[in-house]
Amino acid sequence: MSWLNLHFQRIQRSSRASALRPSLGAKNVREFRVYRWSPDDGANPRIDTYEVDLATCGPMVLDALIKIKNEIDPTLTFRRSCREGICGSCAMNIDGTNTLACTKAIEDCSKGDVPIYPLPHMSVVKDLVPDMTHFYAQYASIKPWLRTQSAAPPKERLQSKPDRAKLDGLYECILCACCSTACPSYWWNGDRYLGPAILLQAYRWIVDSRDEDTGERLDALEDPFRLYRCHTIMNCTRTCPKGLNPAKAIAEIKKLMVERRA
Amino acid sequence: MVVASISRIPSRLRTSGYASQTHKASHMPPTARPLSPHLQVYRPQIQMVTSIVHRATGIILVVGSLLIAAALLALAQGADAWSCVTALAASWFGLLILFGWTWALAYHWLNGIRHLLQDAGWGYSIDQFVRNSWISVIGSLVLTALVWAAVYYYGGIA
Repeated sequence: MSWLNLHFQRIQRSSRASALRPSLGAKNVREFRVYRWSPDDGANPRIDTYEVDLATCGPMVLDALIKIKNEIDPTLTFRRSCREGICGSCAMNIDGTNTLACTKAIEDCSKGDVPIYPLPHMSVVKDLVPDMTHFYAQYASIKPWLRTQSAAPPKERLQSKPDRAKLDGLYECILCACCSTACPSYWWNGDRYLGPAILLQAYRWIVDSRDEDTGERLDALEDPFRLYRCHTIMNCTRTCPKGLNPAKAIAEIKKLMVERRA
Repeated sequence: MVVASISRIPSRLRTSGYASQTHKASHMPPTARPLSPHLQVYRPQIQMVTSIVHRATGIILVVGSLLIAAALLALAQGADAWSCVTALAASWFGLLILFGWTWALAYHWLNGIRHLLQDAGWGYSIDQFVRNSWISVIGSLVLTALVWAAVYYYGGIA
């Protein structure tokens, strides 16, 4: 009954970091409730509350996190890099849904304080940093590169415009794992179910007109867990910060499975 | 035996992954990493609520079909046993169960149609599946109300 095993943890409410309140004159103060856990002190996970004056802060949630780290608490740990939604490093659970901290505007969060957690149901390395090892291993398992049998042409392998268009909505995936870690099926069966991100990537190679290993790719997915744990819950599509549709990609794979059986 | 054989493996190969790295980096015993919160922090959204309710109503329908079988057995037993069933069904608790079972059937049926359409590759845009989820919820309530209006119009239970 692993789907019932919710792993509820004791999360302590720590006293807010009010020693470092914004100055008394600040009018537009927002509270950020941030999940904290460190491997170094043996303590349980806890929630720290930080008060940020939005008048002196950038517009995005990542701006607030960086401001907190710079000015309030340098021990706060999170990943970030490009700050423009193309690297996927700052994927986390903000205001209840998974998204990129760099493209999520603070004013788009619901009223009141802003809860920030690591990507759900992942092993926590520290604070907002999840362990992505298994996710990346699953990505490697679908052999995400062009696989061919035919002899290499003198120049590049050509593709018609309509065939190239089939990759739209797929190639833009940045593997931030927002969708996979929003999927209840992936929460309960992530050890064997590949999850929406990896299946979207698998479909990206399946529909590529230049790839010649389509049959083997489908064979590898013909499995009760790897593909068919998708129950079309649709959390993946609802949460994708790039506006892609992993649920639709999985549905297309399932249709191909039926078509080739017929 | 296993312990003995493992101890002969060079320590750098003994464990893979994060546990050994944590150990190396901190020179402290490896700390068990917590699992990040999931269901308890994820904002409930209509598409995930309808999914879990679909599963719950499926279970309710299985239990309900056992009750139907019990009622049919009572009917086969004769008039006394059957009047016992109708008396139970007409009690407030019986009505609650019947009403709930009707709703579970209506919901599971409507949402099942939605899943059928999805399996055919239709209804994957956010607008579509949010709308269709609400159609399942509201439609099931309307269907339940219609069924029970009909039941009482034609004389009620028992």
